[in-house]
Amino acid sequence: METSIFQYGFIVKGLLGAVFASVTAGLAGTYVVSKRMVFLSGGITHASFGGIGIGYFMGINPVVGAAVFGILSALGVEYLSVKQRIREDSAIGILWAFGMAIGIIFIYLTPGYTPNLMSYLFGSILTVSNADIIALGTMSAILILYFGIFYRTILYISFDEVFARTYSSYVDVFKYITTSLIALTIVLNIRMAGVVLVISLLTIPPNIAMLFTRVYFKIVIWSVLAGFVGTATGYVISYYAGIPVGATIIFTLIIIWVLVKTTTLLIMKLSKRRNKVL
Amino acid sequence: MHSLSASYGANIALKDVDFTVNENDFIGVIGPNGGGKTTLLKVILGLLNPVKGKMVFNSELLNGNSIGYLPQISTGDINYPVTVTDIILSGLMIRKGIISRMSLSDKKKANTVIDELGLEGMAKSTLNELSGGQMQRVFLGRAIIGDPRLLLLDEPANFVDTTFENDFYEKLKDLNKRMAILMVSHDVGTISSHIKSFACVNRSLHYHPSHEITNEDLLAYGCPIQLVTHGDVPHTVLKYHK
Repeated sequence: METSIFQYGFIVKGLLGAVFASVTAGLAGTYVVSKRMVFLSGGITHASFGGIGIGYFMGINPVVGAAVFGILSALGVEYLSVKQRIREDSAIGILWAFGMAIGIIFIYLTPGYTPNLMSYLFGSILTVSNADIIALGTMSAILILYFGIFYRTILYISFDEVFARTYSSYVDVFKYITTSLIALTIVLNIRMAGVVLVISLLTIPPNIAMLFTRVYFKIVIWSVLAGFVGTATGYVISYYAGIPVGATIIFTLIIIWVLVKTTTLLIMKLSKRRNKVL
Repeated sequence: MHSLSASYGANIALKDVDFTVNENDFIGVIGPNGGGKTTLLKVILGLLNPVKGKMVFNSELLNGNSIGYLPQISTGDINYPVTVTDIILSGLMIRKGIISRMSLSDKKKANTVIDELGLEGMAKSTLNELSGGQMQRVFLGRAIIGDPRLLLLDEPANFVDTTFENDFYEKLKDLNKRMAILMVSHDVGTISSHIKSFACVNRSLHYHPSHEITNEDLLAYGCPIQLVTHGDVPHTVLKYHK
């Protein structure tokens, strides 16, 4: 009896986790991929690992530490790129390694029980708490509201910042808010996919979506759907096969991308051949 | 503009510029590279605050889309997943707030602009599916959808397809009936014959109201000059100034 209740809770948690992860990653991912910020997002992710280490060392929630590190590094890189004092890719590269170094140093300095590094690097559904699910759910709501209300403003600023400055004085404010929300999204998804793999959770679904459509709004919808299918399937497979969930989700998403890409290529070839025959 | 100056740090780009844009004028802004032509546009657009002097707008110009702007083609990412219709609609953002919805009439207006610029059938395309000339038309559409009283053009001579260049100037001539145009050209030697007046910018600004030439002015070049052309080529010789 107890095992079935445990299984039930496990399934609900996994399902909710899959829904919220795909909604947050779909919204943030479409922005990141469209604006070519994948490298920046990777930098934010790895920088936030420093926050996880410091969180452990000081005995506070590692996710809070990661969130602070993630947002500060995101704003830092945006600020530096606005001021153009340093090459953006160099700044990201330095931040990337700096965060990882800080994280590992503090985790090893933490006295007594050393947390399982693997679960943060590659994700583990076992460490996902109810609080994490609630946080991801809240984040989904915030992102839906934010992108829903300011859709055109966000779209036009990210498409053509120079032109947006001719009519709006809020360009930098929106850039900072959006980048901070993306940093938060990444940090909240680290529990599930892990530091090393979370960036793929953001980038693969929009790339699957872009095989169908080139319209921003539709890319978001397709990304969420593709993300959900990949996350839920990966979750089930990892449960039955007993392999890490983050890696399984990413692997499933890549398989989906390959399948969709091959199918679209085949359809294109077939329709070309049919046109030739006709 | 009244005795307006603008600078980047200690670098003075424009000095004591007095300048008025009249209704339905078509001004070609010419001058050497780094002479302040782009700075002039930036000041008019409000992207750069003048260190001295001020700009006075006609009261009509103050509501909403008074100025349309066609920047250099490279400012938007051509691989960005945004449709032609949406790009043209972004020209209306100045009169919308940050929480903006496009109404049905806005979308109809976008369709009118699309038809007017010969972009039929491309409303749902993204920029990477278009030719260079078509892209230029999309950005022109974004500049004119709000029916501005003044259209600013930066370096529109960088055309990818030359067949479009002619159409483009014809289009500008049509638009000029509805709005004043201020066009920055980086090609000092040749410029569209539709231009009515000139502004020479090299830190200071000299305005030449019409096609002009006097012997006295020509002598001021300090050496004999000749214009060489074949056939019926419209030309303008401007009088000498410092």
